Amino acid sequence: MKLRFVEEKFFNLLMVVSTVLIVASLVAILVTVFIKGLPALRLSMITQVPKGGFYLGKEGGILNAILGSLYLAGGATVLAIFISLPIVIYFNVYAPERSVFVNLCRFSLDVLWGVPSIVFGAFGFTIMLFFGLRASLLGGIIAVALLILPVMSRAMDEVVKMVPRGLLEASYSLGATKLETSVKVVVRQALPGILTAVLVAFGRGIGDAASVIFTAGFTDSIPISLMRPAATLPLAIFFQLGTPFPEVQERAYASALVLTFMILVISIAARLLTKSFTKHVIK
Amino acid sequence: MEYKTHIRVRNLSVSYGKEQALKNVTVDLPEKKITAIIGPSGCGKTTLLKSFNRLIDSIDGIKVQGEVYLNGDNIYGPGIDVTHLRKKMGLLSQRPHPLPMSIYDNVAYGPRIHGIRKKRRLNEIVEHYLRESSLWDEVKDRLHTPASRLSVGQQQKLCLARGLAVEPQIILGDEPTSALDPNASQRIEKKFLQLKEKYTIIIVTHILRQAMRLADYVVFMYLGELIEHGPAQRVFKEPQEELTRGYIKGVII
Repeated sequence: MKLRFVEEKFFNLLMVVSTVLIVASLVAILVTVFIKGLPALRLSMITQVPKGGFYLGKEGGILNAILGSLYLAGGATVLAIFISLPIVIYFNVYAPERSVFVNLCRFSLDVLWGVPSIVFGAFGFTIMLFFGLRASLLGGIIAVALLILPVMSRAMDEVVKMVPRGLLEASYSLGATKLETSVKVVVRQALPGILTAVLVAFGRGIGDAASVIFTAGFTDSIPISLMRPAATLPLAIFFQLGTPFPEVQERAYASALVLTFMILVISIAARLLTKSFTKHVIK
Repeated sequence: MEYKTHIRVRNLSVSYGKEQALKNVTVDLPEKKITAIIGPSGCGKTTLLKSFNRLIDSIDGIKVQGEVYLNGDNIYGPGIDVTHLRKKMGLLSQRPHPLPMSIYDNVAYGPRIHGIRKKRRLNEIVEHYLRESSLWDEVKDRLHTPASRLSVGQQQKLCLARGLAVEPQIILGDEPTSALDPNASQRIEKKFLQLKEKYTIIIVTHILRQAMRLADYVVFMYLGELIEHGPAQRVFKEPQEELTRGYIKGVII
């Protein structure tokens, strides 16, 4: 009898410790970025592109990387949504239950989820070479879309799976087709979860350096064409941290602060924007 | 009493993989009456009900043999438009499943799918069928609030209105009151008694008393077989089969 209580107490403690550990490290990361980045943050950082000698500590900003990252991650996210949604709808509405094919696909996506992003970058680069493309915004978008596709589609899959069978039947029994049911009922019901999936994927896409290093390249100018290279924030941070100059390294933290802040703003904005669509969800 | 047949089931067998859910069922269901399908759990009641609007189609490894005639057409025959068939039947499930949209949009969902776009026409339809299911007075001031905020009883009425809005001939109820409290159940039952003026109603129920209160015609199923069917009065008073007698007395559960 006594042992059970000890057990209970022990695991209780374990849970509290892990929770504190996780939350504390999250706070530590944010605080570090904030403390180290804020002093170096100037308005010019987000309004200007790097000028000559920026990486040596001279004037300029990272507007090129901010816009590049937004275009790149945004484009990749949109592309991935258009591929993920049909996959997920097929898995959960069209395909027969307990389909071997679907399970195989789910397994493949899970494996792809775990593939390091540099591999996606290298793969994207090979494909680009094959088509004779140079490092460009388009190449980056495609590589990042491939990178975030498994995350997005599997995360969506898990929430769409939870849509009650009876809801589908209710729609079918009114004479709706599978497509009508998918678009008007399934997607609406799963919208909060789908949105989370999109945001998680976006976060992974905008924060990834390895997949874009070959595919999107880097440039000091603002991206104006899909066919031209584009700068990205993670690479900008990487380059600035890699210099031997403390003032440039500080700017790297400021850039990280900008990146964190962007993700935060976009997440909150997306939640607010879709709030009116998600209030109808059946709990 | 003479009955006009609405649904004619002939030698209907349904199996899921190796398990046979319905064995050679033949029965005629009367028009504009309430038919109760009764029997113990797992006897194939729901399968029989869902075979009428072909909701069983999407189940894995399902095999259907035999015929179901609706107005003379075999619904399992070639060239049958399933969505058109389903439009002819409103389904009430065990738990109400309001769609993830507003009260108004729930009722308008079916009509919209079937091509009604005009705002004024939709307003009329929504009001008419919410009145028909006695929900109008409770919700008329909050038509555009989420359907999920209604109570379970109100949700079931909403599902009824939603089903009626596609102008079906038949209402199918799969234990439609099992998730409701006694008051709400009673209201739904009352509704059914009014609605049978216009619609053929077929309900699956495991509540024998409910079947006695509502049914004009009774179908008793046991382990996938149809044991006995006939006018409710006769089946309940003088069951012909030993199994039916046992079930009605409460010996077989």
